[in-house]
Amino acid sequence: MPDTAIQDGAYNYAYLDEQTKRMIRRAILKAVAVPGYQVPFGGREMPLPYGWGTGGIQVTAAIIGRDDTLKVIDQGADDTTNAVSIRRFFARVADVATTTRTGDATVIQTRHRVPETPLKEGQILVFQVPIPEPLRMLEPRETETRTLHALSEYGVMQVSLYESIARHGRIAKTYNYPVLVNGRYIMSPSPIPKFDNPKLDRSPALQLYGAGREKRIYAVPPYTPVKSLDFDDHPFEIETWSESCALCGSKESFLDEMIVDDTGKRLFLCSDTDWCQERQGEREGAPPEVPAK
Amino acid sequence: MPPDPTQPVLRVSHLSKSFVVHAQGGLALPVLRDVSLAVSPGECVALVGRSGAGKSTLLRCLYGNYRADAGSIRVRHRNDNVELAGAEPRVTLDVRRRTLGFVSQFLRVIPRVPAIDVVAEPALRLGATETEARRRAEFLLGVLGIPPRLWLLPPATFSGGEQQRVNIARSLIVDYPILLLDEPTASLDEGNRAGVVELINQRRDAGTAIVGIFHDAAVRDAVATRIHDVVPPGAQP
Amino acid sequence: MTGRPLLSVRELTKRFGNRVACCDVGFDLWPGEVLGIVGESGSGKTTLLNCLAGRMTPDAGSVIYDSNASGLVDVHRLSEARRRLLTRTEWGFVNQDAREGLRMGVSAGANIGERLMAIGERHYGEIRQTATDWLGRVEIELDRLDDRPTDFSGGMRQRLQIARNLVSNPWLVFMDEPTGGLDVSVQARILDLLRGLVENLHLSAVLVTHDLGVARLLTHRLMVMQGGRVVEDGLTDQVLDDPQHAYTQMLVASILPA
Repeated sequence: MPDTAIQDGAYNYAYLDEQTKRMIRRAILKAVAVPGYQVPFGGREMPLPYGWGTGGIQVTAAIIGRDDTLKVIDQGADDTTNAVSIRRFFARVADVATTTRTGDATVIQTRHRVPETPLKEGQILVFQVPIPEPLRMLEPRETETRTLHALSEYGVMQVSLYESIARHGRIAKTYNYPVLVNGRYIMSPSPIPKFDNPKLDRSPALQLYGAGREKRIYAVPPYTPVKSLDFDDHPFEIETWSESCALCGSKESFLDEMIVDDTGKRLFLCSDTDWCQERQGEREGAPPEVPAK
Repeated sequence: MPPDPTQPVLRVSHLSKSFVVHAQGGLALPVLRDVSLAVSPGECVALVGRSGAGKSTLLRCLYGNYRADAGSIRVRHRNDNVELAGAEPRVTLDVRRRTLGFVSQFLRVIPRVPAIDVVAEPALRLGATETEARRRAEFLLGVLGIPPRLWLLPPATFSGGEQQRVNIARSLIVDYPILLLDEPTASLDEGNRAGVVELINQRRDAGTAIVGIFHDAAVRDAVATRIHDVVPPGAQP
Repeated sequence: MTGRPLLSVRELTKRFGNRVACCDVGFDLWPGEVLGIVGESGSGKTTLLNCLAGRMTPDAGSVIYDSNASGLVDVHRLSEARRRLLTRTEWGFVNQDAREGLRMGVSAGANIGERLMAIGERHYGEIRQTATDWLGRVEIELDRLDDRPTDFSGGMRQRLQIARNLVSNPWLVFMDEPTGGLDVSVQARILDLLRGLVENLHLSAVLVTHDLGVARLLTHRLMVMQGGRVVEDGLTDQVLDDPQHAYTQMLVASILPA
């Protein structure tokens, strides 16, 4: 039996009871065994509303242990309310060390971003997923989407990309850009910018995706091919910026645009705060050269 | 073995046909009883008999349009003798496509299709090129006196005589070995009638076996090589 | 006459509870043939069509299809995956209501291109070119390629549905009252179009209609259904001009003269 002695005493270790964690782990194992396949699980009520990461928290709670170091980001930032709350939640109920440094974390729960710092073997990236079904907007019936996945009938997804090019001259989808996992299942990568899609492909880290409201878990095991859908004559491309980060000067990270005064003056900043701070540190510190890409 | 040109290409034996009208308590109207007829290449057999004797019914039975109750209708088709009475639809359709032409009194108009394409269609079905089929269609329409300004119009709006001539052209664009003609000159004026007679005679002399109903005695005398009396069942001895 | 049937149907029966929708239906459809199924509403013709097309499972009987890709297959014993693949490659299905057969939320081009994309076509420009060609073949102005079917008239929608089905060069097309609910002039155009396409593409087809005029124009053969049973079948012009069965005579006699 695991140690149930928590500071509060009233809760089991990592908040969820052991049976629930086992059930979620079984779902995770199945998800890892069938990359990209959405595994239903018995989602529990969590002490925060749907849409705030209930799926991700349950996955994290099921896999976390005392030896882990947890990082939580929301849109790339460690210091937003949601990220801070979840980090403190686990520090309290799971007695784990927390960090904002991507390289130091063993478990990273994220909403809407993949860290810029390349992930390594042994790390686990837990995504919060609002709508797990990539075909949902094209086919409202759950029975039918399941059949489409089962039979790999993905023409309709390609239809949506065709339609985008017909309307906008290019594939206009910029986030939650659909991917094909291991050549078999089409998967929603959650609402990350398509900029992050290439990081999912053959990543050394384990990717786990949790959808609390819809009670689905899916996964991409390390080194699994993840292909962003496209057309031969309209290949998948990521965003680029002509500007660079106002704080660290980065040109290769995902930049957020901010309006900073009433005259509409704009500023571009790294969305990944940890990456930005590390680079600022390097610029102020000894070696002034830009880190290797 | 190639077919003997002197042998009949159409052989009707003991053909009977009644119409049963279920709306009138299954009333049976016998129209043809025990009809036998053989037609060889180069013959033109004119069916004669009073109105209602069953000439048109016989012709339609030969084309498979009416179902024979009893008896046999054998045609030489693709170097074989094929039984048309009770044949499968695809057999009858193949015989119609290659062997058996039919000129009815009325053109069944297909909406929106220009006259030239109506005429060319049977040739295209048999594999003629577009150019070849159109050339023959234009030739036939010309011979039959349809002015070129009408060729690209759908025949629905044509006069009765014009429709009839389009119909004849459509049936003559393919060299069917057997032709069935139901009053081919019925609604034609003198000049056009002569043109049709000439076309029929050309076909007959080239070896086509023809069975026809010709109301006009002059036309009948001009084309027929033989007369076949059609007698209604009640009038038979 | 050689070769073998494209579709062989034997003893097909479908019940809904105690009600028999179609009973002991059997026929062979040969390549290039267009078979019409006629009868009044409730005669079982649409149920029969759905059983033939694999959309409904019959209670008894078999539907054997001579597949171009895999030879003779029993449609109702195929795995769902293979049956669905068959229906979107070698078959077509034209619904009476075009809205059921189209994706109303995407453009005409996407509607036509879907089958191509479903079988792996991944070149946008080529898909678009093929869609444009088909738009022309079904007589829709080419500049409507990026418009949605919601902006189309009923006749245009039906023509778009036809293009969406024929783009994969199917061998066999099922049609359920393809001109039902359309104005007479619009009907004529679609009939003419279908007639040309069937002829030029050497399609085989099974067409359900209650309109004997449509049947005469489009079909080679007819099956007349009454109360779920086939009461008469034969060459189309023969069934219509010399109907044998009381029910067929009644149907033919019910047509208003043109």
